[in-house]
Amino acid sequence: MKKVMMGNHALSYGAMLSRAQVIAAYPITPQTQVVELLSEMCADKTLDAKFIKVESEHSAMAACIGASITGARTFTATSAQGLALMHELLHWASGGRLPVVMGNINRSMAPGWSIWSDQNDSLSQRDTGWMQFYCASNQEVLDTVIQAFKVSEALAIPSMVILDAFTLSHTYEVVDIPDKAKVDEYLPPFKPPYRLTPDDPHAFNGLTSPEHYFELRYKLQKDMEKVPALIEETGREYEKLFGRYLGLVDDYLCDDAEIILVTSGTAGYTARVAVDELRGSGVKAGNLRMKVFRPFPFEVVQRILMRAKKVAVVDRNISYGHHGIFAQEVKSALYGQAGDIPVFGFIAGLGGRDITPASFREVVDYTLSHDTPEDNILWIGVKK
Amino acid sequence: MKKEKKMTLTLPVEEYAGSGNLACQGCGAGLAMRYVLKAMGPRTVLCIPACCWAVIDGPFPHSSLSVPIYHCAFEAAASTATGVKAGLEMVGDDKTTVVAWAGDGGTFDIGLQALSGAAERNDDILYVCYDNEAYMNTGIQRSSATPYGAWTTTTPVKFFKNQPKKDINAIMAAHRIPYQATASISYPEDLFKKAKKAKDIKGTRFLHIYAPCPTGWKSRPEDAVKLGRMVIQNCIFPLYEIEYGEKYTLNIKVKDKKPINDYLKLQGRFRHLKPDDIRTMQEEVDRNWARLLKKCEGS
Repeated sequence: MKKVMMGNHALSYGAMLSRAQVIAAYPITPQTQVVELLSEMCADKTLDAKFIKVESEHSAMAACIGASITGARTFTATSAQGLALMHELLHWASGGRLPVVMGNINRSMAPGWSIWSDQNDSLSQRDTGWMQFYCASNQEVLDTVIQAFKVSEALAIPSMVILDAFTLSHTYEVVDIPDKAKVDEYLPPFKPPYRLTPDDPHAFNGLTSPEHYFELRYKLQKDMEKVPALIEETGREYEKLFGRYLGLVDDYLCDDAEIILVTSGTAGYTARVAVDELRGSGVKAGNLRMKVFRPFPFEVVQRILMRAKKVAVVDRNISYGHHGIFAQEVKSALYGQAGDIPVFGFIAGLGGRDITPASFREVVDYTLSHDTPEDNILWIGVKK
Repeated sequence: MKKEKKMTLTLPVEEYAGSGNLACQGCGAGLAMRYVLKAMGPRTVLCIPACCWAVIDGPFPHSSLSVPIYHCAFEAAASTATGVKAGLEMVGDDKTTVVAWAGDGGTFDIGLQALSGAAERNDDILYVCYDNEAYMNTGIQRSSATPYGAWTTTTPVKFFKNQPKKDINAIMAAHRIPYQATASISYPEDLFKKAKKAKDIKGTRFLHIYAPCPTGWKSRPEDAVKLGRMVIQNCIFPLYEIEYGEKYTLNIKVKDKKPINDYLKLQGRFRHLKPDDIRTMQEEVDRNWARLLKKCEGS
């Protein structure tokens, strides 16, 4: 069935089709419609779940953690300040190996108060041990929630499904809603090997000495390393059932590209307008849209970018005192690889300033006219 | 021949709290857990945030309790318990009692928001606060449960705590939860009865247990039970129940109210107090007691 829906509702449909059993959430703009629709779905029994209307995002994640350890499938959604408030609990979820799935709407961090999009909220949670999926369409949002549950539960690692504030969260697009029975086939009920129950009493998360702690973290990393292959495998499985492949990246005209624009989120589709224009004028350009950021898909990024002569990364985020965060990571992926490809790091669109085709034209003009970048950060559209 | 006399056991013999735990000598929190679990029985899940009990139970991979424990974030005992209850029900277990088990810091201070949230929603959990009147696990720092006059490592004797203990029971009563009670480790039958009663009620239940801490109070381990009894008899910590925030029941009607001096004398944390300070404390105890009697008479 096809339906015109906003990005936020695509998250709700994803959670509903995945048969989330416990949802705990707290309202924050621009996430509210996600939980509004889910509370309606719980009320009218479209979804058989308990909806806990908590008093903060901190309690939202704590309740999801509590529910997850009992063996229930859990979902929440938040944004910006709410995600920051959850920070400590994100470690409790990943360190406790609980496959919670959370939607995060990319909103700029205060101060000053902003409800518009950039990625510093989710990227500040980079090292918490959560998988991060950056989406570029409402269809992708819905599909990715279902896939995220499958990958999370297989490896006991939580997932964040991320979408841009307003440019996706409040934008209406046609979305194909998968058949519920087929989703059940793809995503069977959550049956973890260990759970909190008096039938098999254990103490979880107790005081862990240096004798054991290191190994627990080693295992988390080793399982993170299994994610890329599992995403590709479950992505192909999804394609077989629903006709849409869900991969680590989405590459556009990269095969013969001499200049590749690396983007994430909705800016990826805007980049393609610039790529098409460049192709029209004879420049071999391509776009690599990063879908999965954690774990970082080194292999596929290396394979695609190694063919280019120049790489331009457009970041809607910044690590203060360093560079744009995707630019850092792309550079680290290319380190030691043959060719010494110059990586141009651009920062654009902080605080929700629009990233337009003209922004990408500026990116391309600079990259084509310089052999190497003059600076580690090249600012697009900032009033200096 | 004299007729053989048989002693009647007032508590079940079943033990769910084992030996070999890491409690200090004379720990009130250890007794509190032992008695509460006797009332709860085996179909119980505990959510324990950072507090002495996060350590007492024993380090990974050991546990001295025979019921399952989920060690959770400091400020999240109530919200985690809420999630555990919802999760258990969704996986088909609506019999298990979910207990949030926290110290005074995790209840009066850092965990108060989550507790208030759960109580306002009337989530089906039993919240137990074992109160040793300071952050004992981190080394005796003052909490909002520390009484007026007390020394702690953050309230040195020259600047002893000069604010009264927060009235957590009034805060919980303001939430109109179905059941709440105070208890002391020195009145095990009363404590057991209240825990049992709380177990069978649906909604948010709150138990506030007085748990002497010889290490933090600078008292003798062998005085722990004595202190837990004195505090009832001098009315510093009266035993009472509140239903739906309105119906107050006084469990021990103290007729011959003892002065607080003897109680203070047994604890190094009050050694620095001058007669004027003790008078201030006594007046506060008297005021609180009169206020409680009024509430009990009125309901």
